[in-house]
Amino acid sequence: MADTAVDTGRGAGNTGRRGFLRKTFLHNVPAKIAALPMMATVLVVFIGCTIWTVYYSFTNSRLLPSGDFIGFEQYERLFGTSRWNVSVWNLVTYGAMSLVFTLGFGFLLAVLMDQKIRFESAFRTIMLYPFALSFIVTGLVWQWIMNPTLGLQGTMRNLGWESFTFDWIANPRMVLFALLIAGLWQGVGFCMVLMLAGLRGVDEEIWKAARVDGIPTWRTYISVVIPMMRGVLVTAVVLIGSGIVRLYDLVVALTNGGPGISSEVPAKYVYNYMFGAGNIGQGLAAATMMLLTVLIIMVPWAYLEFGGKGRRS
Amino acid sequence: MSQTATMTGPAPDTHTKVESGPRGPRPKPFFTPQKIIIYSILVFFTLYFLFPLYVMLVTSFKTMPEIRFGNIFALPSQISFDAWVKAWTSACTGLTCEGLAPGFWNSVKITIPSTIVSIFIAAVNGYALVNWRFKGSEIFFSILIFGSFIPYQVMLYPLVMITRELGIFGTLQAVILIHTIFGMPILTLLFRNYFASLPQELFKAARVDGAGFWRIFFEIMLPMSLPIFVVALILQVTGIWNDFLFGVVFAGTQNLPMTVQLNNIVNSAQGTPEYNVNMAATVLTGLVPLIIYFVSGKLFVRGVAAGAVKG
Repeated sequence: MADTAVDTGRGAGNTGRRGFLRKTFLHNVPAKIAALPMMATVLVVFIGCTIWTVYYSFTNSRLLPSGDFIGFEQYERLFGTSRWNVSVWNLVTYGAMSLVFTLGFGFLLAVLMDQKIRFESAFRTIMLYPFALSFIVTGLVWQWIMNPTLGLQGTMRNLGWESFTFDWIANPRMVLFALLIAGLWQGVGFCMVLMLAGLRGVDEEIWKAARVDGIPTWRTYISVVIPMMRGVLVTAVVLIGSGIVRLYDLVVALTNGGPGISSEVPAKYVYNYMFGAGNIGQGLAAATMMLLTVLIIMVPWAYLEFGGKGRRS
Repeated sequence: MSQTATMTGPAPDTHTKVESGPRGPRPKPFFTPQKIIIYSILVFFTLYFLFPLYVMLVTSFKTMPEIRFGNIFALPSQISFDAWVKAWTSACTGLTCEGLAPGFWNSVKITIPSTIVSIFIAAVNGYALVNWRFKGSEIFFSILIFGSFIPYQVMLYPLVMITRELGIFGTLQAVILIHTIFGMPILTLLFRNYFASLPQELFKAARVDGAGFWRIFFEIMLPMSLPIFVVALILQVTGIWNDFLFGVVFAGTQNLPMTVQLNNIVNSAQGTPEYNVNMAATVLTGLVPLIIYFVSGKLFVRGVAAGAVKG
C-alpha cells in the first residue's frame, strides 16, 4: 500500500478495471479492517435488527419467532388493547408537556444565567447534577418524596396543613404530572446548559445594536436571539424528543406503570410482551410503532438539516 | 470621572468622590428589582434541584420509628448508619438478601471493560473516518448517527437472539458487547470531530515518513487526544453505570448491575418497606456518577453536550 497517494480517496487517476478494483477493495485495507466493528454495527444491528423486527412484527410469533405471516393482525390486536392505547396517549401527553416545560424552563434558566450573575458555576453545578444520576435513582427518590403517607403530603399534614394534597403518584389522573416533576428534575439542567451555550454564541455586537436602537430586551430575545439559536434549539428538541420516546427506566422506578395501567408507556409495553408475557409478535409490533414514531420526527428534521444541499459538508 | 459624572448626572455619590477613585463604569447597585427577580427564580429552582438530595441523605440517616413520625424535612435526631450497612450488606431483593454489594461489583465488572472496549473502537473509528476515508465510510457514519435515534426496543429482541447464538446471552460479555454497540454512535462522533480539529499536516508528515495506519494512531494521534479521552471516559462511565435496560435484559441473574438490584430492593421486596434502607441504597447507587460529576466539573458538561455538537 506504500504507493497510494498521501491523501486518501482521491489517489492518482489510474483508471481501468484493475485500478477500479484496487480503489474499491484493496485501497486503505488497514482502515477498512479497523472500521469492521463499525460496519458490523451498522449493517447487523442498526439495519439488520431493525428490518428483522419490522418483518417479524407481521408474524404470529409467540414464545419463539415463527415464520407464519398474519398480515396486520398484530397491529389490529395492538390498537385493540387498552393498555397500548393508554401507553400511546400517556407518551403523547407526557411528551408534549415534557418538551414544552423542559425547553421553557431550560431557556428561562439559561437567560437568567446569562445576566452576568454571581455564583454562576455554583448554580450550574446544582442544576446539572441530577443529569448525572440514573433514571432509577431519580424515580426512587421522587417515589419516596411523593409517598402519600410519609412523604411531602404526610409531612405537611403533620405540620398542621390538613388539606394539603400531593398524592399524584397514587392518583390515576395526576400520575403523569408526578412523572413530569421527576423527569424535569433530571432534564432541565441539561437543556439549560445547551441553551446557555447557544446564548453565549450570539455576538455581543447584536446586543449592542439592539440597545442602540432602543429595542426592549425581551423583544430582542424573541425576534433576534431565538431565531439565531435555531441550531441549538433543533438539537435540543431532537435530543429531548428521542429521550421521551425511550422513556422506560423512570416509569419502572417511579410508578411501575401504576396505579393500574395509568402510567404505562410504549417502551414498557414492548419489554413486558417480549420478556414477560411471552408474546413476541405483539412486542415486535409495538416496537415497530415506536420506530415509526421516531421516523416521523426524524425524517423531516433530517430533510431540513441535510436534505436541501444534497450532502453535508 | 467627569464623563461618568455627566452621564449619570442625578446620582449624588459620584460627585462626592473626587480623589483618584475607582475608574470604569459605576458599579450597579446589587439590589435592583430586576436582580431580585432573577435571583429569586434561580434560588427557587435551586431548591427544587437540591430538595431530593437533601431528603435522600436525611432519610438514610434516620431510624424507621423516626421516619414513621412523618416529617421528611427534619434532620435525624441522631445519626444512624444502620440503614447504610443494611443497604450494602443485607437488604433483600425479593430473591436474595445480600444487599447492594454484589450489584456494585457487577456494575464495576460491566463498566470497566465496556468503557475501555467502546472507547477504543470509537477512537479507531473516528481516526479512520477523518484520516483514512474510504468509499462508503461517510455513509456508514451517517447511518451510525441516524441509528442512534432508533429506540433500543426495536433492536432488543434480535440482539437477544444474536447473543444467544454466540453463546454469551446472560453473561458479562453480552452486556459489554451491547454497551459497545450502543455507545458507538456518540463516541465515534466525539472522536471524529476531535481528530478533524487536529492539524492535518502532522498526519501527512507521518504518512510521508512511511508510518502506517496503526503506527500513526498509537504514536501520533493517541498522545494528542488525552482531553477527548477524558470526556469519553466520563460519558461512558456515567452512562454505563446508570444503565438499567441492557443490564436487566442481557446480564443474566448472576450479573445484575447495581441499578437493577436497587430497583429490586425498593420495588419488589416483600414486607414493610424500610425507607431509610431504600434511600441509603439509592444514594449508594448514585454515588459513583455523582463523584465523577463533581470531580470532573466542566469536562462533564463537555461530555454531555457532545451529543449537541454536530459533525
